[in-house]
Amino acid sequence: MCSLEKRGRVYVLTLSGEGDHRFNPSTIDNIAAALKEVQDSPDAGALVTTNEGRYFSNGLDIQWISQNPDAHLSTIRIKFENLLASFMRLGVPTIAAIRGHAAAGGFILALAHDYRFMKGDRSVLYMSELDHGMKLPRSLMAVVRSKLLPAASRDVVLGAGKFSAQTALEGRIVDSVYADSAQTLEAAISEAQKLASRGWKKSIYSELRLGVFPGVVEELDAHRDPYLFPASAKL
Amino acid sequence: MCSLQKRDGVFILTLSGEGEHRFNPPLIDFILSALAHVNQNAHLASALITTNDGKFFSNGLDLQWLSEFSSSRENRSQILVFKFGQLLTALMELKLPSIAAVCGHASAGGFFLALAHDYRFMRKDRGFLYMSEVDVGIVIPPSGMSIVRSKVDSRYLTEIVLGGRKYTAPMAFKAGLVDSVHDNSAKTLEAAIDAAVKMGQKNWNKEVYLQLRLSLFSEPMEKLRLGTKEGSPLLSRL
Repeated sequence: MCSLEKRGRVYVLTLSGEGDHRFNPSTIDNIAAALKEVQDSPDAGALVTTNEGRYFSNGLDIQWISQNPDAHLSTIRIKFENLLASFMRLGVPTIAAIRGHAAAGGFILALAHDYRFMKGDRSVLYMSELDHGMKLPRSLMAVVRSKLLPAASRDVVLGAGKFSAQTALEGRIVDSVYADSAQTLEAAISEAQKLASRGWKKSIYSELRLGVFPGVVEELDAHRDPYLFPASAKL
Repeated sequence: MCSLQKRDGVFILTLSGEGEHRFNPPLIDFILSALAHVNQNAHLASALITTNDGKFFSNGLDLQWLSEFSSSRENRSQILVFKFGQLLTALMELKLPSIAAVCGHASAGGFFLALAHDYRFMRKDRGFLYMSEVDVGIVIPPSGMSIVRSKVDSRYLTEIVLGGRKYTAPMAFKAGLVDSVHDNSAKTLEAAIDAAVKMGQKNWNKEVYLQLRLSLFSEPMEKLRLGTKEGSPLLSRL
């Protein structure tokens, strides 16, 4: 699941355990509850989201979806859209400390953060949808487009590229890269503390974020364009 | 005009002959029917490569055609802008990945044509990318601006669109306007074919690819569709 700890004014949300931290209704609810705690906390100044183990997240829980595709697909899409919208509305700066592989929905979660710090080795960013014959709903595409440079968005979405930390840095998909897990988290917390010390007002920060990435939460809130699961999708 | 061939499972559309490959309704219609053929046979190929003979990829709209008869200039201008919008739309709606093998100058509409492809390969030994509208005195419609914004790093927008800066292949590579540069025309086309073949090996679902492209570039698509529905702004001061 996930755990939330507080270090001074910085909250650290950890996707815990050794698995690939996939999103299903219960894991999403867990994360959403943590976000609510951060949002409601009067002295919260910043959030760092990170992971244990070898994976940041591999995205949606395909196993859970395939138990009952018709019903589960739309449920998970709506819940995931709500989760991303909660991150985009959060009143404090957010840093994704990516200390493992992030694919599909996991990559999108990282993109929904204000900053991305990544560990240098054994971490790959990968928008796998095209390789698996899956479409990207317009809501999730809105998040992707809002955070990537044109060339990077093309290589990520239409090239299904696998980005090491270094190539992600060159494409400005992540902001900085560190030698190992420990240093990545340390740097993220340190930066989070700097941001928290600016004493920014939650409502202002949230509004500014929504303004600088216009249309994204509107798309996430609209829950339209059903995620059609093509019969030919290879999983 | 243009020719369409198929090699190694790759469609190659060539703007043929030694001229500037400027767009007028006949050439655009030729290209549109080639693209329709590509779409109908998308299942047989891995990608489309658009390239050129001679020294010019394309220098954009055929201004001579516009001013052929002074009495119909306004009319012709609306028609040409409308049809060029149709061309860009057809490329963005293509059912295959697309590579522009730019083997010569690409200015104004020619630059837009290259931008409307998924990838751009360019020859190093001659030619530049040049958004000449500011120099020539032509307005770029909202659809064009939207394409530029969606494909070009914002750092370079001002100097490209408002500065009319000419980008040689090395400059274009550095600015991310093209994906790779090659010694000459033949090598550029070869590299594009290689890349197309490699894309084919990934066995992507083509419907999904198209949906991803349309979704990724939803803003320009919206503006293009508006433009081809309601008609487009006039070209001024020609």
